[in-house]
Amino acid sequence: MVRVVSRRLVQLSVTLIALMTLVFFWLRSLPGGPVDALLGERATPQTREALIRALGYDQPIHVQYGHFLKNVVTGNFGNSIRTGEPVTDVISRAFPATIELALAAIIIAVGLGIPLGYLAARHRGRLLDNATIVVTLIGISIPIFFLGYLLKDWLTQGVHLFPPSGRISTGADNTDVTGFFVLDGILTREWDASADALWHLVLPAVTLATIPLAIIVRITRASVLDVLDEDYIRTADAKGLRNATIRKRHVLRNGLLPVVTTIGLQTGALLAGAVLTEKVYNWGGLGTLITDSISGSRDYPVLQALILLAAVVFIVVNLVVDLSYAFIDPRVRVQ
Amino acid sequence: MRAPRTAIAAGVIAALTIGVAGCAESDRDNGEDQGNASGGTFVFAGAGDPKNFDPIFNDDGESFRPIRQMYETLVTHKPGTAELTGGLAESWSNDPTGKVWTFKLRQGVKFHDGTALDATAVCANFDRWYNMKGEAAQSQMIYYADVFGGFAGSPDAVYDNCKAQDASTAVVTMTKYKGAFPGAFALTAFSIASPAAIKQYDADTVTQNGDSFSYSAFATEHPTGTGAFTYGGWNKATGEITLNRNADYWGEKAKVDKVIIKVIKDENTRKQELRAGTVQAIDFPAPADRKALADEGYEVLERPAFNILYLGINQKNNPKLKDLRVRQAIAYALNRAQLVQTKGPGGSVVADQFLPDTVLGYAPDVQKYDYSVDKAKALLSEAGATGLTLNFYYPTEVSRPYMPNPQEIFTVLANDLQAAGIKVNGVPRPWNGGFKDDVQQFGKQDLHILGWTGDYNDPGNFVGTFFGRPKVEFGDDAMTEMFTAIGKADATVDQAAKRTAFEQVNRDLAAKWLPAVPIWHAPPAIVTTKEVEGLVPSPLTAEEFDTVSITK
Repeated sequence: MVRVVSRRLVQLSVTLIALMTLVFFWLRSLPGGPVDALLGERATPQTREALIRALGYDQPIHVQYGHFLKNVVTGNFGNSIRTGEPVTDVISRAFPATIELALAAIIIAVGLGIPLGYLAARHRGRLLDNATIVVTLIGISIPIFFLGYLLKDWLTQGVHLFPPSGRISTGADNTDVTGFFVLDGILTREWDASADALWHLVLPAVTLATIPLAIIVRITRASVLDVLDEDYIRTADAKGLRNATIRKRHVLRNGLLPVVTTIGLQTGALLAGAVLTEKVYNWGGLGTLITDSISGSRDYPVLQALILLAAVVFIVVNLVVDLSYAFIDPRVRVQ
Repeated sequence: MRAPRTAIAAGVIAALTIGVAGCAESDRDNGEDQGNASGGTFVFAGAGDPKNFDPIFNDDGESFRPIRQMYETLVTHKPGTAELTGGLAESWSNDPTGKVWTFKLRQGVKFHDGTALDATAVCANFDRWYNMKGEAAQSQMIYYADVFGGFAGSPDAVYDNCKAQDASTAVVTMTKYKGAFPGAFALTAFSIASPAAIKQYDADTVTQNGDSFSYSAFATEHPTGTGAFTYGGWNKATGEITLNRNADYWGEKAKVDKVIIKVIKDENTRKQELRAGTVQAIDFPAPADRKALADEGYEVLERPAFNILYLGINQKNNPKLKDLRVRQAIAYALNRAQLVQTKGPGGSVVADQFLPDTVLGYAPDVQKYDYSVDKAKALLSEAGATGLTLNFYYPTEVSRPYMPNPQEIFTVLANDLQAAGIKVNGVPRPWNGGFKDDVQQFGKQDLHILGWTGDYNDPGNFVGTFFGRPKVEFGDDAMTEMFTAIGKADATVDQAAKRTAFEQVNRDLAAKWLPAVPIWHAPPAIVTTKEVEGLVPSPLTAEEFDTVSITK
């Protein structure tokens, strides 16, 4: 296992360097750039030139690339071009917001998805099964953007069941310990802050959960159906095992393997930032950061670090998924 | 085997949680703070993050919004107008050459750090700007470079020196007269900051790190001005900037205890927060929402127009466009009245010149081009320009106060031009991804839409910005007559003579030069709940929150 992990780590660093190189050149080949985004309409040509020189954009691209590589290798990701804050600060502020949201969404998706998919499979062809198929189809096909606004219009306007946006009430004097507002409330025993943060989390998490939920339901259903048809289930049944034992030990354990892969991939996608959900709910996580940095200010340092982070998250999540196979099914030995 | 593993995991997590919980302390003051005075909290939803809080390093409205509450300028505007009035200076005057400006300062004004605002402090600010070192810092001083020409050692520098004649008299001497003054003294970028704080928090140090900068503690944590509010922090995780009432303010003190500026970038979400009652005012509502919100009982405060949207004409690529008659035909072809009605935000008006009527030099009698397809067609055939095809560049991924919906504006204008027999080849370009480069650097377009929001009450800030010097955007560096006339008008010291000169410039722009077609003045609005009183919308989007009160 140590060997597997270390080999993966080598693969990881090669992938990352290649990716960073690509991103570096790709960003700079786009029309426009941070200079124009920063200067606005009032800058004189002299100011423009001064800024280009100060940012080092007057140097040949390979020189810029050299600086960039050197900085990345030494762990210096630079500062946000817009606010001047270190990129690591910007990202470590946004990351907890995204993790909080993604975790909540995955908990909803898994918590509802696996039981629903399992039940649908057990009642194949009956009302529950058909209803599940229809509902999940809607779940997959409804645009997040639309659903977000719809939920907000129903539940935050007129009837104020939930707040329309944000992670906590405006002006809340919660104590920021870890950046995870729900957890912070628990740690500092500011229970009201925790409850407030949870209350703000409901709608975005539900919105974000719809697609993974639908996918998990469908994969679970299909996978459980496959397993139910297997000979070993018949054998288990024939040798007189109790139904509950068959379900727990044979159906679920075998049926869950593809589901775990799906959950892993979905989590990876959510952690890299849920652009649309975050925009609709003014969430302030990585998704917001990535849209702001690309369409707003062409904030190269932030963008580069974000893409690197997204890649790392994906690769790590995949690794964890692979390793978790061994725990679910002892027959699978990590090679 | 299974159960123990789960149990161990649970145990570890529990232990960790308890361990961390042991360390975490609540920051709360147990409800003792902000108790009694209770003017309440005013929550205002802005549309974007500020950059930092050092006035001189900023140039955008979202940064200026909080800055304006904390700092003050020598000269300011009467609430709700673009008219100049005394700010930190009770009065000001200039000598006949327009080079020497004398400011009589208000007495008893203190910065938030307790130091006094006097002539020495004012001069320290001017000297600081002029002597700023390093391209990193200088390149962030966009308004300074624009108004004051250059820094110490530059032959273009407009600033010469500042002398404290006595404690309350500051005399600023320029190397030459500039039309921007006195209006430009009211620019938020030229707010007066505490010299002690500037020094203590190392304000001038803009540090370079790779291809980016970082700002000083003064700009990020310790902004120190004289304004009616003091800095209360910027919570970046929640996007909230807190401003506290300055109990030692020299003038009438703020009515609310606290202002929270909440950044909500999505206009639809701003509206929903307003309706949910979680914010009390929102900036830049979608034009389409204004009426609905007004019907629901919200106050829609329209700012007096101080901007312009124009259809720019580049004379370089298509020789036909050098012909005034062709440009006039374009002007006649546009049904601007209808455009204002169908696509303009509430309160928009058709523009017949490039500045609003509140600005010095506005001429009521310029040549107007009322919609007439026949006149357009006649002029085109007279000029031998029938069957003209033009590349019309318009921006995407952007919404500006003067241009909330560029794509729709383009569609309407293009249809009008087609109806007059001009073929339009529409070229969409992302605002930050090619539009500004293509239009202002490379001049690829024949036509384009663009606009401007004024900074201060000066015609040079409008027509001078667009047409005062050769610009790629309009593709003609041969309109020397126009540049000379504007330059001369701008250099006129006497205000009455300046007015006359600019009135003539505006007449000639419409009748003789027509380098672009003015489209509309479209005021952006603020929407507030009924509880909010005393918020005065400013044409310069320079609202001050000290007059705001919340009624329950």
